[in-house]
Amino acid sequence: MADTPLYGADSPAGSVIDRIRPGLAARRRKELRLKIYGLVAMGIAFGMLALLIGSLVFTGWRAFTQTHVTLDVFLDPAEIRAETLPRGGFDSVLEASLLQYFPEATERAERREVMGILSNGAQFILRDRVVADPSLIGQTIRVTVPTSDSYDQLRKGLIDRETPERLRRLNDAQVERFDRLEAAGVVSQPLNWALLRNADSRFPELAGLRGALVGSFWLLLICFLISFPLGIAAAIYLEEFAPKNRVSDLIEVNINNLAAVPSVVFGLLGLAVFINWFGMPRSAPIVGGMVLALMTLPTIIIATRAALKAVPPSIREAALGVGASRQQVVFGHVLPLAMPGILTGTIIGLAQALGETAPLLLIGMNAFITSAPDGPFQAATALPTQIFIWADSPERGFVSRTSAAILVLLSFLIAMNALAIFLRQRFQRTW
Amino acid sequence: MTTIAFATLLALSLLAYVWNRQAAGAIRAGGTRLHSLTGFHGLYGLLVVLVPVLVLLLLWLAFQRPVIERFLIASLPPGTYDVLDTGGRQLLLSEIRSIAGGVVFGEPDAWKIEAAQRLVALRETSALLMVAAAAGLGLVLMLWARRCVSASFRARQGVERIVMGIMVFCSIVAIATTIGIVASLVYESALFFRMVPITEFLFGTRWEPQMPIRADQIAAEGAFGVVPVFLGTLVIMVVALTVAVPIGLLTAIYLNEFASPAFRAWAKPVLEILAGVPTVVYGFFAILVVAPFLRQTGTQLGLAVSPNTALAAGSVMGIMLIPFISSFTDDALSAVPRSLRDGALALGATRGETMMNVLFPAAIPGIAGGILLAVSRAIGETMIVVMAAGLMASMTINPLDAVTTVTVQIVTLLIGDTAFDSPKTLAAFALGLLLFLVTLGINVLALRIVRKYREIYD
Repeated sequence: MADTPLYGADSPAGSVIDRIRPGLAARRRKELRLKIYGLVAMGIAFGMLALLIGSLVFTGWRAFTQTHVTLDVFLDPAEIRAETLPRGGFDSVLEASLLQYFPEATERAERREVMGILSNGAQFILRDRVVADPSLIGQTIRVTVPTSDSYDQLRKGLIDRETPERLRRLNDAQVERFDRLEAAGVVSQPLNWALLRNADSRFPELAGLRGALVGSFWLLLICFLISFPLGIAAAIYLEEFAPKNRVSDLIEVNINNLAAVPSVVFGLLGLAVFINWFGMPRSAPIVGGMVLALMTLPTIIIATRAALKAVPPSIREAALGVGASRQQVVFGHVLPLAMPGILTGTIIGLAQALGETAPLLLIGMNAFITSAPDGPFQAATALPTQIFIWADSPERGFVSRTSAAILVLLSFLIAMNALAIFLRQRFQRTW
Repeated sequence: MTTIAFATLLALSLLAYVWNRQAAGAIRAGGTRLHSLTGFHGLYGLLVVLVPVLVLLLLWLAFQRPVIERFLIASLPPGTYDVLDTGGRQLLLSEIRSIAGGVVFGEPDAWKIEAAQRLVALRETSALLMVAAAAGLGLVLMLWARRCVSASFRARQGVERIVMGIMVFCSIVAIATTIGIVASLVYESALFFRMVPITEFLFGTRWEPQMPIRADQIAAEGAFGVVPVFLGTLVIMVVALTVAVPIGLLTAIYLNEFASPAFRAWAKPVLEILAGVPTVVYGFFAILVVAPFLRQTGTQLGLAVSPNTALAAGSVMGIMLIPFISSFTDDALSAVPRSLRDGALALGATRGETMMNVLFPAAIPGIAGGILLAVSRAIGETMIVVMAAGLMASMTINPLDAVTTVTVQIVTLLIGDTAFDSPKTLAAFALGLLLFLVTLGINVLALRIVRKYREIYD
C-alpha cells in the first residue's frame, strides 16, 4: 500500500474527506457564532465597567469645583466686638455687604432670600478669620465664601433655566439676582478644596471627606498593625513548621472558609464581641480596624503561604547544610526572599479592607460626625461609609458629592493596586 | 498613661536585651565558650520581658472598662441604678461618662457628679496600677532572665521555643475568630429563640420586625418569619446569576480558546477591575443608573416596576460576579489536561467543537464549584442590596417587585438603636446565624467539588 497516495480522490480516505466537506461550512459557522457570543459577552462586561466609571465621572466631576462669591465685608465694630468673640453679628455684616448688590431688597423676606445665595457656613468662615486675627475688626476685608447648593447647581447647569418656574428649585427672581451677581463679576468657581479639607456637614456645599479620610487612615493602620504580623506568623507556622496532622488540617480548612464568610457576619462578630461583651466604644476606628483585621487575615495568610512556597527548596537545603537551625533558615533566608510576594498580598488585602462597608455599618461607623477624629478611640466615619451616608442623603447636591467621594476612594484603590503590581514586577524572582 | 505603660515595656525589654547581651559577652571575654551567640542571650531577655508584659497590658486594656464600671455601679446610691431597665441603665452610664469627660448638659444631680468624679478617680487608679504592674512584672522577668545567662545556657533554643509559641498562637487566632463568630451568633440567637420560637422563625411567612423598643412607642406587634426574607434573597440571587453565569462562561470560553495572548493579557486584568470595585460603589451605581433605567423601560413597556426592584440590585450584583465566574471557569478549563484538547483537535474537531464537546464538559465540576461560590457570594453580599433593594418583606417571586434580603434585614435591624434585650436586635443575630450556616454549607460543598475534580486529573 506504500504507493497509494493518502488523500487521493479515488482512495477510501478521499471519500471520508468528501463526507466531511459538506458539513464543514456549517461547523465553521457554529464556531464563529461561539466566538461572537464570547465577544458580545466581553463587550457587555467591558461596557458595564465603562458605564460604571463613566456615570461616576459624569456626575462626580462637577463636585470638584464649587461656586463661590467674593465679597468686600466691612467688619462693623458695632456688630463684632473683640471681647465677645467668637460670637458676633457675622451674618449681619455679610448681609450688609451682599445687599450692596441688591439695593431694592428692603423687606425682611426679600433680604432673607438674598442671603439664601450664600451658604449657611459663610458666616463661620468669616468668623474663623476674625477669631484668628481680631485686629481685622473695623476694616473692610475681602472674603470668598461658598454659595448654597441650589445656586451652585444653577451655575453648573444642573438646574435648567427652561424648566417652568413652579417646577424649578429657584424662582425667576432668584435666578435673576444670581445673574446680576455674575454680571458684577464676583462669582467664581475655583477648585473645591473643601471636599478634602472639611468634615461632614448637613449642607452639601460644606460637606467634605476629611473625617472619612482620617477615619479610613486609622482603620487601615490598625488593620495593618494587627493582621500583618499575625498573618505572617501564622502562615510561617502553617507552611514551615506545623506537623501534618488533624489540627493543622483543621486550621487550614478553617482559614479557607473564613475567607469566604460574608463580611456582614464579621460585623455581627464585632458588634457582639468587641462592643457588647468587651464594652469597646461604638463607631470607633479601633473596633473597625480589629474587625477588618480579622477579615484581612485569611487573605494575608494565603498570600504569604504562596510566597513561602515559591521559594525553592535549594535555598532551605543550603542554609540547613551549613548548620542553620530551622528558624534561622526561615527568618534569615526564606522570609526575606518571600517578602515581595507577602507585601503584594498584604497591599491587596488592605485595598479590600479599604473598600469594605457592611461590617463598619454594624459597628456604627455611619454616624453623622462633623469633625475629624483625633485618634482611633473617637467616633469616626470611613470613606465607604461616608459614601453610603451621602448616597442616602436627599439633598440633590449630595449626588455629585457621592460620585466625587467614590472617585477619591477608587483613586486610592488604584494607587494601592498599582503599588502592588509595581512591587510584583520589580522584585519578583523567577528561580 | 497607656503611652507611658507601653514606653516602659519597650524600655525594659530593650534594657533586658542589652543587659543579657553584655553579660554573655563578659562571659565570653572571660575565655569560656558560650553555647549560644551573645545576640541570642540578648533576644532571650527581650522576649522574656516583652511577651508576658505585653499580654498583661492588652488584657488590662481589654478588661479595665467593664471592671471599672462594675465598681462604679456598686457605688451608686440605692434606688438610682437598680430600678432602671437596660436602656435607662446604659443612658445613665453614658451620662456619667460624659460628665466625667467634662461635657455637662444642664444641671446634673449631685450624686451623678459625685459618680463622675469617682469614675475619673477609678480610671486614674487603674492607669497607675497598670503602669506599676507592667513595670513590676517587667523588672522581675528581667532579673530572672539575667540570672539565666551562663556559658552552658541554651539561649537560641529558648528563643526559638518562644518564637514558636508566638507563631502557634497566631495561627490559633484564625480558629478563635471562627469560634468567636459561632459563639456570638449562637449565644445571641439563643436569646432570640427564647422570645420567638424557632419554628415560627424558620417557617413563619410574615416578617414585620417593627417592635416597640420603649413601652410607650406605637408599633406593630412584630412577626419574625424568615421565609419571605429568604425568598427575596433567592430572587435577587437568581437574577444575579442569570446575568453573571452566561456572560462569565462565554467570556472565559473566549479568553481561554479564541483570544490572542496579547488580548488576553490586557482583557483579564480589566475584567478583574470589576471584582475590585467596592460593593458600596455598585450600590450607588444601581440607584444612580440602573434602577431609573429599568423603571423607565418598564413604564414604556407598560410594566409596573417598583423603584427598588429586585432586578436592579440583582443585575448589578450579576455584573460584580462576572469576573468571579469567568476566572473560575478559565482556571477549570486550563486545568483540563492538554492531551484531551490535542486528541480532539487531532480527530478533526474545530476549536469550537473541542471547547463545547470536550473541554467544557470536562471542566464542568470546577465550573460548578465556581458557580456555587458565586451563589454564596450573592447570598452574603450586603451593600448593593442595602442600597438598591427594598426593606419590606413580601412573599413574591416577581423580580419587578421590591424584595428584601437577609443581609438587608441584618443591617437595618442593627443601624441606630441596638438594645441587646430586644427581639429586634437579636433577630439580626438569628438571621446572621442562618446566613453563616447557609454560606458555610455552600462553600464547603463547592470546595469539595473543586478538590475532588482536581484529584481526577492530577
